[in-house]
Amino acid sequence: MAKFIKSDKVSAWLEELGQKHEVLAPRGEGDSIVFKPYDAKKGFNIEREATAPPKKACFPQSETLVKFSHIKDLENPEKVALDVKETIPDSSWVVFGSRPCDARGFTMFDRVYLNGKHVDVYYKARRENTFFITLACEKGETTCFCNWVGSGPSDPTGSDVLMVPVDGGYFLEAVSDRGEALLASSLLEDGGSKQAEADKVRADADQSMGEAQDLSKAPAKLLEAFDDMGFWEEQSAKCLSCGACTYLCPTCYCFNITDESDGVKGERIRSWDNCMSSMFTMEASGHNPRPTKAHRLKNRVGHKFSYYPDLHDGVISCCGCGRCIKSCPVGVDIREIVLNAIAYEAKEKAND
Amino acid sequence: MKNLEDLKKQIKDGLSELDVVIGWTDSFDPLHATPHFMRSEADVDKLKVDALCVHNLATYLPSLKGKKVGIVVKGCDSRSVVELLQENLINRDDVTIFGFGCTGVVDQTKIRRAVGDVGQVEACEVSDAEVKLSVAGKEHKLPMADVIADKCQTCRYPNAVVSDQFVGDEIKATASFEDGYKDLEEFEAKSTEEKFGFWLGEMDRCIRCYACRNACPMCVCRDHCVAQSRDPHWLSQEAHVRDKWMFQVIHAYHLAGRCTECGECQRACPVDIPILLFKKKFNKEIKEVFNYEAGLDPEAKPPLQTFKIDEPTIKEKEW
Ligand code: SF4
Ligand code: SF4
Ligand code: SF4
Ligand code: SF4
Ligand code: SF4
Repeated sequence: MAKFIKSDKVSAWLEELGQKHEVLAPRGEGDSIVFKPYDAKKGFNIEREATAPPKKACFPQSETLVKFSHIKDLENPEKVALDVKETIPDSSWVVFGSRPCDARGFTMFDRVYLNGKHVDVYYKARRENTFFITLACEKGETTCFCNWVGSGPSDPTGSDVLMVPVDGGYFLEAVSDRGEALLASSLLEDGGSKQAEADKVRADADQSMGEAQDLSKAPAKLLEAFDDMGFWEEQSAKCLSCGACTYLCPTCYCFNITDESDGVKGERIRSWDNCMSSMFTMEASGHNPRPTKAHRLKNRVGHKFSYYPDLHDGVISCCGCGRCIKSCPVGVDIREIVLNAIAYEAKEKAND
Repeated sequence: MKNLEDLKKQIKDGLSELDVVIGWTDSFDPLHATPHFMRSEADVDKLKVDALCVHNLATYLPSLKGKKVGIVVKGCDSRSVVELLQENLINRDDVTIFGFGCTGVVDQTKIRRAVGDVGQVEACEVSDAEVKLSVAGKEHKLPMADVIADKCQTCRYPNAVVSDQFVGDEIKATASFEDGYKDLEEFEAKSTEEKFGFWLGEMDRCIRCYACRNACPMCVCRDHCVAQSRDPHWLSQEAHVRDKWMFQVIHAYHLAGRCTECGECQRACPVDIPILLFKKKFNKEIKEVFNYEAGLDPEAKPPLQTFKIDEPTIKEKEW
């Protein structure tokens, strides 16, 4: 089913969607673009890729898992009962105006949190009730490399509706059955006549991406370089070990669990963790298997381009959005590191 | 930079005595530079020094303690080196400082604001007068005055305040201390509600990545930061604006009298939160109370790290 929406009708459509769902849309805040609950007064900004992805839609920065309280037994003060309430989220969300890489990012989460031995009930509840209306990109940025990781600027994977910018508005295509339902609005027109134009926009966008690098050797090569800490120290020399890259990454899914209590009441929350932080995998004994930034960056790159693909049919756990490159305070470029790893053996041999 | 070849020569001459020299080089697009770790002459050939070289490389020094390190510094960066020396976080004998007179660096946020979108930069030329950009086939000429970092507009120390090698001519500075605090004074004139409302709005989008902390050359606790510590448990791990704001207050307090206003904290913030304002507030107070400015004299002690029975600038006894 193909539809068309005029540019000036988009706000009305979002308000209509907002009657049934919570709508998350990107908007300018200060000098950045972030996903926020849609507010008609504040509008939205889909001119360019948002600074931060809509990761929080299915994986909030911090999320309550259970609420608990300690109940004192007045008869027997030694005895304390615990009252625990699970907090499974139950609303539904529409993520509007994210990019193909953002929506596809969640398909990396799915393999871990939905399809493995253990299903994450919190993630599942959000994921099943979150709908993605994704905007195809007309042109890649210098930091974009979705085409290197088996995707592209109008890849519909993970989306429910794909929007393609055309003259005067957007061509809308349902990608999933759930997407069909989102296109039922009377604000939308039939899009048949715009199909050819949309196809051209998509083809031009593919063209704009430049040549894709072959990453098929990356998993094996990264393992080969695993024990060469000299290599990793060189790759990570300028890294600050901050974590901006992982928190901005649509495919990073590590979390921490802590109890935050106040008096007798509290919440068990899970919050974003990141492998670039010195606290990541820190053991209670004080031992840390990843003691330096070189170990940490090795983990980040290795996980995405080697260990994950080895477990998940070769799928690379990076959607190529480029945020870790453009928002890194010191310009660490993950593409460069992966390519250096792929070239690793050649370098070793040259030294012999 | 006019004297780039001289600088390269100085570095090459020093290379054999040093484990590494830190400078800058080209990055992922023509509008950006990136820190550059030089170990060979070929590395030195890739050195770049211009208004795109925003990073304060002094941030890397403490983690390289024990090695022989060379570092290229602008005026403001050199003040961080001084501060690190004062606090014994580095050894003077192990560091070779290549200083120069700086004419200012760009603020990438201002460039983004002016151009709208810098996702497809094809070419960039910077001179003292302007930044010439080609973005998605369109030419932009941005006068340097419009895109220069705020700190540079009011810079009083453009020349490295400490150096072993100084390349090129010294630059004359004309700004006064007060010039640098006009934005803060404007902010201070607002009501408490307005000020607090502003910070709640800005801090709300903080992702708690702590890039502001890790980019700061003076953040010494880093791996033992109160923000992530469970014991003591000052901050929760919730995404609440209260905790995010609290962290910035703690950061500012820890930097009182030590912060040199290099602006790295704000520059590193991926969501452009104007956190330098916090730091400036404390520096202005430190100047008023102790008549002290950080990062100028390697022999001085930051006021909050000393104890004097009588502070010359504080009237304790005769009210
Ligand atoms: S790669 Fe960049 S963003 Fe990531 S931890 Fe290192 S410095 Fe921070
Ligand atoms: S690793 Fe970088 S490019 Fe890849 S998905 Fe994460 S942020 Fe985007
Ligand atoms: S503050 Fe001064 S020394 Fe620092 S970058 Fe600006 S002009 Fe150069
Ligand atoms: S607090 Fe900010 S301005 Fe001050 S020294 Fe640290 S990074 Fe520089
Ligand atoms: S760098 Fe910005 S987003 Fe990250 S913790 Fe600091 S203020 Fe928050």
